[in-house]
Amino acid sequence: MSEKHIDQETGTETTGHEWDGIRELDNPLPRWWLWIFYACIAWSVVYWVLMPAWPAPPGMQGFTEGVIGNSERVNVAEDMNALQSSRSDHFAQLQAAGSYDAIEADPALFRFALAAGQSNFANFCATCHGAGAQGFTGYPNLNDDVWLWGGSFDDIRTTLQYGIRSDHAETRYSQMPAFGADGLLSREEIRNVRDYVLSLSGGTGFDAAALNAGAEIFASQCVSCHGDQGQGDRTQGAPNLTDAIWLYGGSPEQVENTIWRGPFGVMPAWEGRLNDPTITALATYVYSLGGGEAETAPEGAAGE
Amino acid sequence: MSTARHNLISAPGVPTHDVEAVNDAKRRELYKKREPIYPKLVHGKFRFAKWMFMALALGAYYFIPFLRWDRGLSAPDQAVLVDFEGRRFYFFFIEIWPQEIYYISGLLIMAALLLFLVSALFGRVWCGYACPQTVWTDLFIAIERLFEGDRNKRIKLDRAKWSFNKAWRKIGKHSVWLVIAAATGGAWILYFHDAFDTLSHFFTGGSPISAYLFFGILTFTTYMLAGTMREQVCIYMCPWPRIQAAMTDRDALNVAYRVDRGEPRGAHKKGESWDARGDCIDCKACVVACPMGIDIREGSQLECIQCALCIDACDDIMKKVDRPTGLISYDTDINIDRRREGLKPIYRFLRPRVLVYAISLAIAGSIMVFGLTTRASLDVNATRDRNPNFVQLSDGSVRNGYTLKIINRTHEDREYTIRIDGPEGLEWRILGQEETRGLIVDVPAERTQDFRIFLTVPREAITVTNQSVLFTVSPEGSEETRTAETVFLSGGSQ
Ligand code: SF4
Ligand code: SF4
Repeated sequence: MSEKHIDQETGTETTGHEWDGIRELDNPLPRWWLWIFYACIAWSVVYWVLMPAWPAPPGMQGFTEGVIGNSERVNVAEDMNALQSSRSDHFAQLQAAGSYDAIEADPALFRFALAAGQSNFANFCATCHGAGAQGFTGYPNLNDDVWLWGGSFDDIRTTLQYGIRSDHAETRYSQMPAFGADGLLSREEIRNVRDYVLSLSGGTGFDAAALNAGAEIFASQCVSCHGDQGQGDRTQGAPNLTDAIWLYGGSPEQVENTIWRGPFGVMPAWEGRLNDPTITALATYVYSLGGGEAETAPEGAAGE
Repeated sequence: MSTARHNLISAPGVPTHDVEAVNDAKRRELYKKREPIYPKLVHGKFRFAKWMFMALALGAYYFIPFLRWDRGLSAPDQAVLVDFEGRRFYFFFIEIWPQEIYYISGLLIMAALLLFLVSALFGRVWCGYACPQTVWTDLFIAIERLFEGDRNKRIKLDRAKWSFNKAWRKIGKHSVWLVIAAATGGAWILYFHDAFDTLSHFFTGGSPISAYLFFGILTFTTYMLAGTMREQVCIYMCPWPRIQAAMTDRDALNVAYRVDRGEPRGAHKKGESWDARGDCIDCKACVVACPMGIDIREGSQLECIQCALCIDACDDIMKKVDRPTGLISYDTDINIDRRREGLKPIYRFLRPRVLVYAISLAIAGSIMVFGLTTRASLDVNATRDRNPNFVQLSDGSVRNGYTLKIINRTHEDREYTIRIDGPEGLEWRILGQEETRGLIVDVPAERTQDFRIFLTVPREAITVTNQSVLFTVSPEGSEETRTAETVFLSGGSQ
């Protein structure tokens, strides 16, 4: 190893290694490169002193913490706190604002509520209602003007707070019987009701006798919740059967199936899981998706 | 061969330098330690042009941040300002927003094309006269000369032992260098914040940390690059000399030694005949003048930045020995060859590459001018909600949601009227806006504002799944209008 290998052509020393007759010249490193290399070494020593660097030897706990005491954990926690406290004013305002109008009247607060609502919606609501709140079969579309339990700001907020058929004591609750599954009506009777219900929203081409039979069953079984015109009742979450919107689908098979099994849609109560201002922000966001209704929705109107 | 040279005097005041070019390709090794270069001061027209250009360039650099330009109350009044916080670039009457960054690209493209064009015509004039590296190095060499004297004195001083004389000259030189470097870094940051404001806060520690950082970086790099690294930047670090080779051709002007006239070179004694010999008296004035440490008589070299100082040096000599000037001069490769063969020189400035560069430059320039002069103070952009694409309402009508973005580039708050053309029976609503205001919205000065607009089309009007919608926006009390086209989607005819 100690003998020198000199390349004949260039007169330069080689590294002494050889691969298939190819040898590597041991040229010196460029000076500027070396200086940067030394500077990096010096800097790394400074860095060890200043910053957390070395883990404790095996069997011992901890690490060298560095004299300036930097900790990314603490930094993150501080950033989070700073972020929260920078938002605390707005959250307090949301807490204090009683109505949608009050929030909307303050553009900055409104923007904040929409942004907070949107991000919370994506976290908690989008799983069922979809990222665009467009809903799915069985999960209401929140963009439209159909609200089972009311579409005023307060109604939406209440629904968010207590849920629907949730485990909260104040929950909105109602239940449609499973007319077929529980043997309350025969398949034949259910089909007649189905035809009658479809005719309420303009469906045509049904057998007149079936419609009559269906109307009779509807009058005895359904009007208590859905109303004598099938207009629905928001106090019971009973949908309007005369409009173009079908939560569980509007094809004859889907409507028949809905009557047969009696749907039981559940939405969780968010009180206790989200704080008040967050629920307000969510209500603001949902309300402003386009379907929010004026505060003074006429009582018992055929909204559904 | 060089032994007798000292005794020869060609003419009064014509010294002969017994030197070899420091960066001579034949002597250069790959891993050689840098040999200092001591460029000798020359006088002449190119030196004068370079002094003038230096004064102009440095003057502009230090002075421009203090120029004012009135833009009203809502915008800064600094003529040239890169305002990162406000996200604006101001250049006199031009004001560029972040979404118009293509104007900056356009400017850079034009600068590049101009560089190509000039290189194709005149070689490395950028390197020789205008490059900051050249300008500041030239200035630093002038300072060096001020403290340590011209070439020979400097060489002597560097060889001398440390003494008080040497110490104060060195310290003085480096101090002035540092002051200039600091002023360079200091002027740089003035382009990013209000110059007067920055000046009043900078020394009390009240400027943003980035200002000090860039001040430090620029001070350090100026000191290093112009003071200590100099020609090494051009030879080893700068990519341009390599790219440059692709930009020129044999018809481009370069600083060149006229071999046909100069050779055979040799010492010349006063009164001797000039017959059967070249005009070059091998005095090496050109070599000692060269800031890059090369001998131009070797031909075009990568190191040559074409500063033309050797031309001045040689012309001076030629006058003294009573020969025509221009032994070293701007010439083309083709002509160097032609002259050697006894042919007449030819100059072809209109060459394909020159035309291509010139035309590209003209096109880029016209596009920029067109863009800037027709640039609107208002921009409108409509995006339709995609999730959900449309919303079916209970009465069978369909609703689409849009975000209408209105950009107000003027310096005052403005009211805009929106007109919506779309399917029959269309109804609109603007989120968060009182209905009584109708379709009139406010956008503050220099702001981009988003508006959520809901459009509802009744069931009967829905004939196809895709109907066009046009938003037309015009500022109150102005003829200007901007439109944004989009569509209204529905599930199809009902
Ligand atoms: S080219 Fe001119 S300056 Fe250079 S050695 Fe010859 S005579 Fe002297
Ligand atoms: S050879 Fe002449 S033109 Fe080239 S860098 Fe040297 S002095 Fe300047």
